[in-house]
Amino acid sequence: MEITPLGDSALLIRLAENFDAAPESALTKVLAAQQFLTAAKIPGVVEVAPAYTTVTLFYDPLRAMAAGAPMENVFGWFEQQIREAASKAGKIRANSIYTSVIEIPVCYEAEFAFDLNEVARRAGLSVKEVVDLHSGAEYRVHCIGFTGGFPFLGGLPQKIATPRRETPRKEIPAGSVGIGGKQTGIYPIKSPGGWNIIGRTPLQLFDPKKNRPAFLRAGDHVRFKPISRDEFERATT
Amino acid sequence: MNAIAIRAGFLTTVQDLGRTGFRELGVPLGGALDAHALRVANLLSGNEESAAGLEITFGGLRLRCADDRIVAWCGGEFNARIGSTALPSGHPGLVRGGEEFSIETPAIGCRAWIAISGGIDAPIVLGSRSADLKGGFGGVNGRPVRDGEEFPLGQNSGRSNSLIEKLRATKIASWKPPHDWSSTGHREPSLRFIRGADAERCVPAALEILSAESFVVSPDSDRMGVRLDGPSLERSDNVDLLSEAVAPGTVQVPPSGKPILLLNDCQTIGGYPKIAHVITVDLGIAAQLRAGDRVRFHEVSLADAHRALFERERDFEQFRRGLELHFE
Repeated sequence: MEITPLGDSALLIRLAENFDAAPESALTKVLAAQQFLTAAKIPGVVEVAPAYTTVTLFYDPLRAMAAGAPMENVFGWFEQQIREAASKAGKIRANSIYTSVIEIPVCYEAEFAFDLNEVARRAGLSVKEVVDLHSGAEYRVHCIGFTGGFPFLGGLPQKIATPRRETPRKEIPAGSVGIGGKQTGIYPIKSPGGWNIIGRTPLQLFDPKKNRPAFLRAGDHVRFKPISRDEFERATT
Repeated sequence: MNAIAIRAGFLTTVQDLGRTGFRELGVPLGGALDAHALRVANLLSGNEESAAGLEITFGGLRLRCADDRIVAWCGGEFNARIGSTALPSGHPGLVRGGEEFSIETPAIGCRAWIAISGGIDAPIVLGSRSADLKGGFGGVNGRPVRDGEEFPLGQNSGRSNSLIEKLRATKIASWKPPHDWSSTGHREPSLRFIRGADAERCVPAALEILSAESFVVSPDSDRMGVRLDGPSLERSDNVDLLSEAVAPGTVQVPPSGKPILLLNDCQTIGGYPKIAHVITVDLGIAAQLRAGDRVRFHEVSLADAHRALFERERDFEQFRRGLELHFE
């Protein structure tokens, strides 16, 4: 566990090296760290956010100082608190953090799938084979970012990994499902973006009016279920 | 009671101290780019320090309130008026119902924070009234204030009401906070930073360049970040890192070698090497950077950053106590 400052109000806790070699193990460690850091209720902590191999702890230095952190070494004080919390938490078993599989309906029809042909061409597959591969795999959410609620999903079949577009699009419609390199993801709101768009979900993945505004969070298991244009229409009305 | 923006100006948004607790869901911090300036303006108007105010960019705002309000502002070198009377930064002023408050293009800097007594009563979304322009929520309908738009104000506090009575004759209070709190534009802006985790690993020699040279603010800058032209910070490779958290103040280096200083509306994660982080106390200076400005950087320790914050907060508490006698 390597801890480094991220400016004067956050610190980055690295829990795994070499994500590509063992993405699931990195995720397990990161989720466990998020859990024990939240449970430890360290004074001055504002929030804790995971991403791939790291968890970032955002803090208010003034509140930490008021709770006893020495002004000359606020970072060291946090580091000690974090290491104590980690040792108390002990070893987390890989299966101790479980979530069920969330199914996300996706319409892969041409109208929504701007780059499906290109993805198929690069992979040397038919469009149907790409859809079968994409909807046949099970994914994990490794991180939420880019925009509110945007899930970065690991577990994409290698055959359909496709580099990002050279020129990003200025506007991608909400619900668009894309492939960016070895990852797949969903644009929750209309935004610019460089991923290859292969379909669209009728689900609203981000709604700031809800208490839990994002539909997905780090650690979730996800599957895509192909739906027809008609089913898409019915789901949005 | 409402306020109306007769003219909204170049970019006017409702901002408070931002949203916390949702970064793990990709929701940016947002909020006033100079939180300290908004806190000071709020205290001057008799508000809680966290009340929502207006963040204006390049001026052009004309505002009218339905009833009597105290207005105070902090920020760059703007000319502001109540009717035809000048309202200098940091001085609380009485704007009577129907009277016009206006603020023009700045000579130095580009932003100001305007507190109106009672605060702006925009709906609270995810714990904040701040407009998230990219997400399209918060503030006034999730977007900048428009010409002719009305928005609700909260009720004047007892403190604000007593100041309104005191200012009936003179209109503008003679007292103000320390000059550098209310007037935050700099002719030669300089930002203190602490070194970033990726400095040596990804961008060798960049720290020396960052400390020795000056950088020019690119027009392509906004609430998400300030893009900087100047000497290129050459990266040792062009492979981006696995995305990890970034925060307002983070200076990242994209493949072009032109650094980007992130501000409050920045994404929660990023994959470019982080060479530096501007310290919290200097983010208010960063918030004033406008296209063409020349900015310098110099390195301090993390303990220096925390001491600067501690000392400013101690002075802020003293200022808060000192204000009491004006609100009796």
